[in-house]
Amino acid sequence: MRQSLVLCLLGVAALVQAAAPAADTLKAGVLTPVMAAPNLKLSGTDGKLLDLERFRGKVVLLAFGFSNCGEVCPITLATLAGARKKLGADAANVQVVYVTVDPERDTAAQMKKFLGAFDPTFIGGVGTRAEIDAAQASYGISSAKNLNADGSYTIGHSSSIYMIDRAGGLRAVMPYGHPSDDFVHDLKILLRG
Amino acid sequence: MRRGWKISLPFAAVLLAGLGWAGFAPIDVSSHEQTFDIPKGTYAQRRAGNLVEILPDRIRLTLGLNDVLLIRNHDDVPQVFGPTIMMPGQSFRLPFERAASYQFACSAHASGQLTIDVEPEPATPWARIHWRVREWWERHKK
Repeated sequence: MRQSLVLCLLGVAALVQAAAPAADTLKAGVLTPVMAAPNLKLSGTDGKLLDLERFRGKVVLLAFGFSNCGEVCPITLATLAGARKKLGADAANVQVVYVTVDPERDTAAQMKKFLGAFDPTFIGGVGTRAEIDAAQASYGISSAKNLNADGSYTIGHSSSIYMIDRAGGLRAVMPYGHPSDDFVHDLKILLRG
Repeated sequence: MRRGWKISLPFAAVLLAGLGWAGFAPIDVSSHEQTFDIPKGTYAQRRAGNLVEILPDRIRLTLGLNDVLLIRNHDDVPQVFGPTIMMPGQSFRLPFERAASYQFACSAHASGQLTIDVEPEPATPWARIHWRVREWWERHKK
């Protein structure tokens, strides 16, 4: 009798385990096999060369946008700032890098001010049009200017967030719109290595 | 009259049993992944002016059933799919957890856009019947 009860409990436990999603499954889209993240050769808003090798040992969240963006970028940046807050001490091992798609207007000072409003640790990437085009091409980022009647413009751009692991491998891509809890979930997995 | 009943009663019983099964039996899927392959030579064919359709403009997924999109790049050049770039030999596995319509930029389409409609899991008998009929229809019209 006792033996049957133990067998039953084991069976139920196995079923529960099979039904539960794997704890190590990322909520972001996963790239397989993992390849090295394309490097950037841009100027950082921290006054240094923006080279991804600088951040080895940290998980890098890389996204593209522009400081005059009124819709997508503020939401993305607020989400990433929220995720870092929720991570607590582990946030020290996460670096957000935000590269402009608007080099004509985004100076290093402008980007630093924009990003600092969300989180002062965020580093922006700026450069010449050719440098930004090269960075965008290496990550498959598209962007297009939309002219307004008054001569000003906005820019439609890819809005995914690239997740680069501590070894510099491009592991995953989180599409726009995920809540900060999804980033926290994935960052914890990536920080474990 | 009696002969008509003899024919229609078993027919109605079979129909009812079929509807009962379709509405109440759990939907069993072999895989949660909906897979699309980018074949070798796709880029070369495009450059030669040939129309190569890899992904439909609109993809429909259902939570709990087929809620993972898997794209595999077998071509010799990188391919941009919606949110990411895939190197040759790489695959991209994108799970969905929320029902919504997702729009992605996608160089694989002439329109430059891909829409992924993620529907909620069919929870009612009618929703399960509807899902089964639509899946059957789409599988057989190909």
